[in-house]
Amino acid sequence: MPEIRVTPLGAGQDVGRSCILVSIAGKNVMLDCGMHMGFNDDRRFPDFSYITQNGRLTDFLDCVIISHFHLDHCGALPYFSEMVGYDGPIYMTHPTQAICPILLEDYRKIAVDKKGEANFFTSQMIKDCMKKVVAVHLHQTVQVDDELEIKAYYAGHVLGAAMFQIKVGSESVVYTGDYNMTPDRHLGAAWIDKCRPNLLITESTYATTIRDSKRCRERDFLKKVHETVERGGKVLIPVFALGRAQELCILLETFWERMNLKVPIYFSTGLTEKANHYYKLFITWTNQKIRKTFVQRNMFEFKHIKAFDRAFADNPGPMVVFATPGMLHAGQSLQIFRKWAGNEKNMVIMPGYCVQGTVGHKILSGQRKLEMEGRQVLEVKMQVEYMSFSAHADAKGIMQLVGQAEPESVLLVHGEAKKMEFLRQKIEQEFRVSCYMPANGETVTLPTSPSIPVGISLGLLKQEMAQGLLPEAKKPRLLHGTLIMKDSSFRLVSSEQALKELGLAEHQLRFTCRVHLQDTRKEQEMALRVYSHLKSTLKDHCVQHLPDGSVTVESILIQAAAHSEDPGIKVLLVSWTYQDEELGSFLTTLLKKGLPQTPS
Amino acid sequence: MKLSILNSWHPTLPCNILKFKSTTIMLDCGLDMTSTLNFLPLPLVQSPRLCNLPGWSLKDGNAFLDKELKECSGHVFVDSVPEFCLPETELIDLSTVDVILISNYHCMMALPYITEHTGFTGTVYATEPTVQIGRLLMEELVNFIERVPKAQSASLWKNKDIQRLLPSPLKDAVEVSTWRRCYTMQEVNSALSKIQLVGYSQKIELFGAVQVTPLSSGYALGSSNWIIQSHYEKVSYVSGSSLLTTHPQPMDQASLKNSDVLVLTGLTQIPTANPDGMVGEFCSNLALTVRNGGNVLVPCYPSGVIYDLLECLYQYIDSAGLSSVPFYFISPVANSSLEFSQIFAEWLCHNKQSKVYLPEPPFPHAELIQTNKLKHYPSIHGDFSNDFRQPCVVFTGHPSLRFGDVVHFMELWGKSSLNTVIFTEPDFSYLEALAPYQPLAMKCIYCPIDTRLNFIQVSKLLKEVQPLHVVCPEQYTQPPPAQSHRMDLMVDCQPPPMAYRRAEVLALPFKRRYEKIEIMPELADSLVPMEIKPGISLATVSAVLHTKDNKHVLQPPPRPAQPTSSKKRKRVSEDVPDCKVLKPLLSGSIPVEQFVQTLEKHGFSDIKVEDTAKGHIVLLQEAETLIQIEEDSTHIICDNDEMLRVRLRDLVLKFLQKF
Repeated sequence: MPEIRVTPLGAGQDVGRSCILVSIAGKNVMLDCGMHMGFNDDRRFPDFSYITQNGRLTDFLDCVIISHFHLDHCGALPYFSEMVGYDGPIYMTHPTQAICPILLEDYRKIAVDKKGEANFFTSQMIKDCMKKVVAVHLHQTVQVDDELEIKAYYAGHVLGAAMFQIKVGSESVVYTGDYNMTPDRHLGAAWIDKCRPNLLITESTYATTIRDSKRCRERDFLKKVHETVERGGKVLIPVFALGRAQELCILLETFWERMNLKVPIYFSTGLTEKANHYYKLFITWTNQKIRKTFVQRNMFEFKHIKAFDRAFADNPGPMVVFATPGMLHAGQSLQIFRKWAGNEKNMVIMPGYCVQGTVGHKILSGQRKLEMEGRQVLEVKMQVEYMSFSAHADAKGIMQLVGQAEPESVLLVHGEAKKMEFLRQKIEQEFRVSCYMPANGETVTLPTSPSIPVGISLGLLKQEMAQGLLPEAKKPRLLHGTLIMKDSSFRLVSSEQALKELGLAEHQLRFTCRVHLQDTRKEQEMALRVYSHLKSTLKDHCVQHLPDGSVTVESILIQAAAHSEDPGIKVLLVSWTYQDEELGSFLTTLLKKGLPQTPS
Repeated sequence: MKLSILNSWHPTLPCNILKFKSTTIMLDCGLDMTSTLNFLPLPLVQSPRLCNLPGWSLKDGNAFLDKELKECSGHVFVDSVPEFCLPETELIDLSTVDVILISNYHCMMALPYITEHTGFTGTVYATEPTVQIGRLLMEELVNFIERVPKAQSASLWKNKDIQRLLPSPLKDAVEVSTWRRCYTMQEVNSALSKIQLVGYSQKIELFGAVQVTPLSSGYALGSSNWIIQSHYEKVSYVSGSSLLTTHPQPMDQASLKNSDVLVLTGLTQIPTANPDGMVGEFCSNLALTVRNGGNVLVPCYPSGVIYDLLECLYQYIDSAGLSSVPFYFISPVANSSLEFSQIFAEWLCHNKQSKVYLPEPPFPHAELIQTNKLKHYPSIHGDFSNDFRQPCVVFTGHPSLRFGDVVHFMELWGKSSLNTVIFTEPDFSYLEALAPYQPLAMKCIYCPIDTRLNFIQVSKLLKEVQPLHVVCPEQYTQPPPAQSHRMDLMVDCQPPPMAYRRAEVLALPFKRRYEKIEIMPELADSLVPMEIKPGISLATVSAVLHTKDNKHVLQPPPRPAQPTSSKKRKRVSEDVPDCKVLKPLLSGSIPVEQFVQTLEKHGFSDIKVEDTAKGHIVLLQEAETLIQIEEDSTHIICDNDEMLRVRLRDLVLKFLQKF
């Protein structure tokens, strides 16, 4: 029995280190290869030894697909390809291919240079890893090999984020990566056609949230930022260099312009310029409005937002700073946070999801005394605000996508178990499809029943279609033919053609039955009575009385003869071929019952 | 399968219609603009010279046409709003067209005429760069023509009886009655709104019957060839392809393999010129003129080759000591074109793609603009007149020299032999383009740059992809008229290509024999294959055919309904079997000895076998039954004993194969 098997190595009932193994029709595909922000030990990378105990990963995996450039989706890639060892193709979109190595390098620097970790991947490994990448266009059908094909759909989540359809023959799986179903200030909404996959693997970060309108959230955000700077406070917005940051920059930029504000806005790290440049060059991946107006005004050229210098953090007076990384787990955002945390005039706005174990997650869950490195305790007096700007689909959006794709079953990843459970029930109720939520290392097996494509000879098909397309409910018409299986080609042809092709002669099997009837009338009269009897009984059939005195029903021949010995008995010779077996047998039985006594 | 030719006079601006299975597919929608060469130029600034051209009169002195026709240096021009020659619209009812496939932005210029005025209700497919740049080309064209309103629209000369009397080339102009004025921006927008964007190698299903796929053709940003295929037939449409490495993504040749028919059009218009050599000549002539204090005029389209020229100049100007010479690019869409070129990284060649990863703009004209070496203006009015410095180099349209800012520069610079006009676009004969400006003192250099396939490359390509049949415009099947001895300047392949002409309908030479059908898994499980010959297995199939959206599925036959327990006596006719339930065909032969043994094993006795001329007769005397066995037939003759007959039947069937 063919089946599809799915095993999350990461992101199973969890957010972080997304990595999902899919086996479909004998092909093995790894979806994403992420790291976990909440761990600093072995657990930060997926356990690749699960894939194959002995033997090379390259031999086992047909391809690796990366959905977008966030590190929890691609952070383990150099480790996987260069340190564990994988030489097969890695697919991602062009923007992901452009931005991914920069974030990996950033990540490497923090891990090795700042935290002094050994045995980490090197810059060269990132480069070597990226050489294995094959870039894909949206909607392009990429033939990984003769059977396996993949296709990317727009996912909206960040620049270049994509959902992927993995297809072998008539079986398919769709993996959403992270996606967003509502267009925001710089990206469009995710879209997929009614591709009816056997399985839809969807993220479920906001499985239980239904977010209010984006406009309200934006107004809230601007109001909070504005109030804080008005009273002379500093606003820290931890972000990832690419993605939400650009959306919030556009938001603040237009607000500053409208309100004619002079308070400085800074964007930390050297990435700023570069990051915005990527958006300019990949403008075709942004939303309709930005694409349409970019010739007149490029939205990613900011007038009010300037590069941040570390020394600015101690400047007096209000300011707004975008700093990386987004979960306050390391780097510049954490440094600034430590500096400003003690002042209640200041504010930190967390615009996205924070993984368990990060400082971001701690302060969001209400913790106000943080234990920092070296047993220092940091007291958080600044205001902590959470604004869900993160570009994931909410529960409504997830349901919408399931409705769009019409999968036969759904599998949830990238979310918390409790929330997943709620969504799982909702999906099963609403769409009447089974929904799974495996934990890491747990395998879900789905039996599939793919139909078998064969070539039907046009003659046979047309002859069949000419007889009307709608089968009657009571008497379905059957198509009869012969399937020729040669090597891997399957052809359905008419039986005559099959015989001809194989150089075989037809063997005709004919039956002639003698039906004895008590009757003294002449043979000719007898035949006439048989004719009128059958004519009135078999209304749907072609019954004919031939000049030579014989009667035919379709291609069955009936002749009347005298009995050689007894003149009181007449013999009906009923003759038919094996192809008319049913009718022939029926006729003999019918005639045996005798003819009606008085011809009507 | 049929191919209708709506236009083939200019094979680089094709318009054909393919009927394939149940779909009607228009391949490209090119607009023949050479008709405009018969018209007087539209000057932006009133030109006394053009205004004072003498009217033309017939030989007998009759001057009733002198308002419409003007004479300039022995050539006669129509003084009217320029008009374009449309694709054939009468050959086929264009409202039946299901889809239009566009191969590159030059091949969509007739789109508004088709989508807006023929009852077309289908979809147009094109890549994003094709649409964006195509829009710019149309916008420029509309702008050029609309900003110089011309009161007069000449029509007298089109009268067949009058046209006969006119001098060449007007006399020979064809289908003048169907020539149309330019469309409006509103029509352009409406036409473009019917386009659906596609990416390379995207498989697009048309009504479940046909699949179309664009492939990179290497000629221009977003340019594509198309594969039109069903499961058993494949047509490749190769239109405007290039194997040279310029800025676009390289041509995808491998996907063209295994075509039944390859429709080939859009080859280079200048098969004898090498584009690289032309670019070199372009640069040296440009430098020479500027050094001598002259100006250089380059009539061009706002996108395409200009990107490559700017890139060459970027590398060339410093070494040639031209860094202080201003370069002007004047077009209503100049800015958009330069900006758009930088955002289509995914459609560019590998070199340019990797620049974007740095991230740097893929084309160096960004730097030319930043350093003020290249300046762009929407027209000669406004800022340009303030910044204008001579000597300079001006890139501007339109290459026909009949409208656009180029007309102004021709009038301005034509009288000085210091200046040079360099023709790089191959679409118009430069001598004809120059005709209304004669006499001319300025130097004219002809450096046509056409990167499309030449005949050597075509031969190589065809050898590589090996289509069963090649179909191409007639022009490609014989040497060019001017070089009739050059047998190398034609398509050479085996079997020889089928030629087509405008307004023809061609039956394409292949027969469809198979169609895809899906066997449902339940049905597949019930099939019993048997091996007939080594490697070949057969299974008889009896199934119910379902067809929906052009997809065919075979489902298992329904189980026979359980006999109803109704006590009522049924009418006999209800028991009549459906004769359409066919029994399989039989094959094989019956070995008599074994057959007799089998009969005995099954309890028949008193068996007698007689030899006949063609086989044997087996007699079952007790049952008064006779079985004639021959090589290819068996005949069972018996009394009406159904039990007996069925037993014998099944024993016979044991020896035969069913089909």
